[in-house]
Amino acid sequence: MNHTWRLGILGILAVLFIGLYMFIDIGPYWDYVLPRRAKQVLAIVLVGGAIAFSTVVFQTITNNRILTPSIIGLDALYMLIQTLIVFVFGSMTLVTMNANIHFLMSAGLMVVFASFLFRLLLKREGNHIYFLLLVGIIFGTFFSSISSFMEMIIDPNEFVVIQDQSFASFNNVNEDLLMISIVMLVAVGLYFIRYMKYLDVISLGRDHALNLGVPYDRVVKHLLFIVVLLISISTALVGPITFLGLLVANIAYQFMLTHKHSLIIPGAVLISIASLACAQFLVTRVFTFETTISVIINFLGGVYFIYLLLKENKSW
Amino acid sequence: MKTIYLAIILVVLSITSLFVGVSNISISDVLTLSLTDSQWQILRASRMPRLVSLIIAGVGLSVVGLIMQQLTRNKFVSPTTAGTMDSARLGILVSMLLFTSASSLTKAVMAFAFALAGTFVFMKILDKVKFKDVIFVPLVGLMFGNIVGSITTFFAYKHDLIQSIGAWLYGDFSGIITGRYELMYISVPALVIAYMFANRFTIAGMGEDFSTNLGLKYKQVVNIGLTIVALVTAVIVLTVGMMPFLGLIIPNIVSIYRGDNLRLSLPYTALLGAIFILTCDILGRLIIHPYEIPIGLTVGVIGSGVFLYLLLRRRAA
Repeated sequence: MNHTWRLGILGILAVLFIGLYMFIDIGPYWDYVLPRRAKQVLAIVLVGGAIAFSTVVFQTITNNRILTPSIIGLDALYMLIQTLIVFVFGSMTLVTMNANIHFLMSAGLMVVFASFLFRLLLKREGNHIYFLLLVGIIFGTFFSSISSFMEMIIDPNEFVVIQDQSFASFNNVNEDLLMISIVMLVAVGLYFIRYMKYLDVISLGRDHALNLGVPYDRVVKHLLFIVVLLISISTALVGPITFLGLLVANIAYQFMLTHKHSLIIPGAVLISIASLACAQFLVTRVFTFETTISVIINFLGGVYFIYLLLKENKSW
Repeated sequence: MKTIYLAIILVVLSITSLFVGVSNISISDVLTLSLTDSQWQILRASRMPRLVSLIIAGVGLSVVGLIMQQLTRNKFVSPTTAGTMDSARLGILVSMLLFTSASSLTKAVMAFAFALAGTFVFMKILDKVKFKDVIFVPLVGLMFGNIVGSITTFFAYKHDLIQSIGAWLYGDFSGIITGRYELMYISVPALVIAYMFANRFTIAGMGEDFSTNLGLKYKQVVNIGLTIVALVTAVIVLTVGMMPFLGLIIPNIVSIYRGDNLRLSLPYTALLGAIFILTCDILGRLIIHPYEIPIGLTVGVIGSGVFLYLLLRRRAA
């Protein structure tokens, strides 16, 4: 089976799951239901794509397949912001807050934090990715130890609101925010195109890349910034889905059996969209909101990944 | 800094730790053997267990973190990566749902059994996946952990237990008294074995081919290492909760300053882990005396400052 075929299969799967979600159980008021669901599907495509894409790029930069961009503390910062709002102003403030302000504040703070981190560590020449990650982990731990302390002493009723925020949800995507996100993501995507060609070389490591004429440090810095922008936007839009990126990137490597980024990235994006659509379908129709998207994705994705590993092994 | 200085600091801190607390016990009383019965009682039933569990937790988590990173040749693998943590969480959930009236030690033993079973399954999967690439050890661990974790979250979400599980695993030493911490002694022999195997772990960290070439039973050593890691992590996390930094940042900092020869860096890591956690605990008890700040918070705040300083200073040099 060649790579185009494999991509084709993934594309069909993605469309199939989106179709399932859009049209099953549609009821008599389809003119109300369809646009609503279309909006959610749009959010799934955006977020799924952004997360899969940024994780693959991040793993290439760091040369480490167990990492996701959230390791530098972005998710922890997002949760700290939410917890802090509830802790200081009460859950009503968070619930009734203007969605635009909330979005801009969350995304803005994450980007500001990451820029600060980069400024601190990528000023000079040289390979500082290792230090960047360590410092990111330290900050992430700092954020989450503060928020888990507040979560521990907070009223359980208030905690439920925080808990809600900590599970990504596509059910109440704000229309204005969707528009803003589309514009921003498209802009980031256009910015990325110039760097696309470097990715395969960068995955060889810094020394090889420099030898082959890639301005490694500059390219990596820009790529990291793209990753942070994408993650911040998608997290602020629907909430953190920490594990999705790791899962789809690794399934993509295992399924596509190649290391070419021109194939891995579309593969990962399609897998991500398909699994989000499938999970959204299961949550809304089968489990009737008794569980969350990440539970389903982690379970099915994890099982599938281990199945792929074991299957590949048998044929050897 | 020489290891001997660290050892002295640790001893001083340990003695300090024994005499910090709400009820007043002074060193001179102990030396002149003029302790009242109730003072003895406090020392024996509360202060000593607390000190022992602090040291075991500090030494244990940082040492198994170092071993894990060495075996997987990946600096960002923490001891909880092997799926142990998630299996333990499942165990906590099961004991919370089914054995509501059991004592906390029984619940901990229950969760411990789950953690071990989970590790066993993880090793079975790992065994089936040929060691083609060392990246698969943490990767399988992460994936397996997330499968188990999603099952836990599924039921915990339904029964509104997420906050309770979180509270159980939040690092806290204030509840440690006789009868609640004995599980931790299990990790002592495991750590001794770890030290005896240190050289083998170092070699195993050089890769399967290389270590087989040197006459090492690679698979056996990796399995022993993983078992030690799982055992120690499960015991510590279930008794005192999760401590940030110990498993990941301390081994990394030691390896930046000291290199990757485990025989040399293990004692250093162990001492640093114990000193760090003891300091945080003592400060947490002193800052708002007679109340105390949970150690999870002091560790998070102090640790961030100290380790950031160490990292940035090293880089500037």
